[in-house]
Amino acid sequence: MSHTGLWLTLAALGAYHGLNPAMGWLFAVSQGMQHRERRAVLRALVPIAIGHELSIVLVAIVVFGAAAIIEPSTLRIGAATVLLAFGIFRFARPRAHPRWTKMRVNRRELAWWSFLMSTAHGAGLMVAPVLIGLQGAATASAHQHSEVQMAADVPLLAGGLGIALHVGAMLLVMGVVAVVVYEKLGLRMLGKAWLNTDTLWASTFVLAGTITLFT
Amino acid sequence: MSTWKPDPTFYASPGLAAAAPPEELAYVVTLNTPSNGDGAHPDALTVVDLKPGSSTYGTTVGRLDMPNVGDELHHFGWNACSSALCPWAPHPHTERRYFLVPGLRSSRIHVIDVKDDPTQPKLVKVIEAEQIAKRTGYSRPHTIHCGPDGLYVSALGAPDGNGPGGVFLLDHDSFDVLGQWEIDRGPQELAYDVWWNIGYDQLLTSEWGFPNQVEGGIIPELLLGGKYGHQLHVWDLKKRRHKQAIDLGAEHQMVLELRPAHDPTKPYGFVGVVVSTADLSASVWLWHPDGNGGVAAKKVITIPPEPAHEDELPPALKPFGAVPPLVTDIALSVDDSTLYVSLWGTGELKRFDVRDPHNPVETGSVRIGGIVQRSPHPASGAVNGGPQMVEVSRDGKRVYLTNSLYASWDAQFYPDGIDGWLVKIDSDGAGGRFDLDPEFFVSYDGERPHQVRLQGGDASSDSYCFP
Repeated sequence: MSHTGLWLTLAALGAYHGLNPAMGWLFAVSQGMQHRERRAVLRALVPIAIGHELSIVLVAIVVFGAAAIIEPSTLRIGAATVLLAFGIFRFARPRAHPRWTKMRVNRRELAWWSFLMSTAHGAGLMVAPVLIGLQGAATASAHQHSEVQMAADVPLLAGGLGIALHVGAMLLVMGVVAVVVYEKLGLRMLGKAWLNTDTLWASTFVLAGTITLFT
Repeated sequence: MSTWKPDPTFYASPGLAAAAPPEELAYVVTLNTPSNGDGAHPDALTVVDLKPGSSTYGTTVGRLDMPNVGDELHHFGWNACSSALCPWAPHPHTERRYFLVPGLRSSRIHVIDVKDDPTQPKLVKVIEAEQIAKRTGYSRPHTIHCGPDGLYVSALGAPDGNGPGGVFLLDHDSFDVLGQWEIDRGPQELAYDVWWNIGYDQLLTSEWGFPNQVEGGIIPELLLGGKYGHQLHVWDLKKRRHKQAIDLGAEHQMVLELRPAHDPTKPYGFVGVVVSTADLSASVWLWHPDGNGGVAAKKVITIPPEPAHEDELPPALKPFGAVPPLVTDIALSVDDSTLYVSLWGTGELKRFDVRDPHNPVETGSVRIGGIVQRSPHPASGAVNGGPQMVEVSRDGKRVYLTNSLYASWDAQFYPDGIDGWLVKIDSDGAGGRFDLDPEFFVSYDGERPHQVRLQGGDASSDSYCFP
């Protein structure tokens, strides 16, 4: 995949997580409604983004750590295996989720919830192959050229920027959706707009695993 | 059992639930007892047509007999409801399609599918008493609530008929028995109902009696000794720990149905007390925040007994010279404006405006049945039994009533037997009209109806995470 393609993929995945009600904006809206103020919606967004980011960073650390000690082809096969296995798990148990029954949450709890949800959902795993691609591309181009791409060419920095882009895209989309639903749309839209993406999401893992294996 | 779009009967808020299309079917569990008929028949889940204009409107159009005799079916519930939209772990693409129907006497739980043909329920699984006992230590399951992260089942006691009773969880996909819900039960031993203030992470349980205290009928010495339940328990829903026992006073015997506000931003609810040993009155209590992080309860409705001649009374009541009202069920409308109170003893359904929950105002009364009064229904003449289980439609306009409580207690208070009926009352919310529908009278031949559930959810089936 091209450099630009990888960046776009990261942003698109972030936007998808931002759109998904189960990943945060619905919880943010519920906080706003429970406390009857828009500020509560906005307050909830940051911890949710932090939890999501932590989940991804965890995977990134594993990926970059592994990249430092394992040769690329082995890393690729390992990552592909994990992705395929997770995809099959999501097919078998599409509604598997962490236990949670708490509505009145502080910021720390909300971040922890988001971390658990993102991890169970496989958000970090999905970003992993892109990070591997980015890391590979960065390493390769670092040998070839040049000052212009200096920042993005250092593997770790590229990874960090990639994650920031992903979480930024998520936060933006999640924030817009949460505020629009809270202020304008109301929750009636859930019945029409909340499509079941379980199968799509599970398929994406299988696809990502396959691509990782054969590219 | 996964759908492309959210189940249309999952409502994010009470307001959306009330605005949804009205129910077209009622599901009613019926009790078959040899004392009421000629022999032993299984209990059943029956289906009543409620679709206006239908040629079979107001009649029983389907039924499923249980595989065994003697279950004593009680408060059944849905596999999934509006709590599936709760934001922490939503599963909107599951379906509201199974009933979990507990046998209070047999301790079996039946899983019944009503999706393919809603008028012809199909049995898909039976959870046996032994499995519940082995995995939870509990027995006599009573109430099922589709809740956050599983199905919550209250149980009266242990397999040997003593305590403690409590709450256990079923997996909401496989219906496997997961185990005891409580991590720390504190002083709680007696059990009856379970529900929650979902917006406050607060679970409540109430108290009736251990199986050995209730299965053979009400025991006068225990009642007069204040040995039936008289407490309300407050729990941390997340930590599963007991937080507070609220003693309503030993004279307030049998604290039964818990009806929390449906609006998750409201931290209160109502609970009914069957009888006071001080004066035979019945009462309804409000639980609410006490201002110091705890919960307080106060009596907000008191209903006095009605004097009666000794020869009009069943043996159990002759010494008292009065009929106790016996609040055996209460129902709170989905918009939290109106509370309906069943008086099974005196034969009356009272309506209260509870928009100010601290100061309920009575706004209506319907008389039907009763131990002494035996008030008639326009469609049938004199009836026996009295208003017992009460269910309110989501829009709050229709109220359904059945007349049987519990076989061994039916026999004490209505010794002539109970001829089962289901009636409908039209209600204009907290004020306005409140009348028996003169045409609607479903009679049951030799069986006794208990809990009613309405297609697509009703006032006591769903919890909402959004106001």
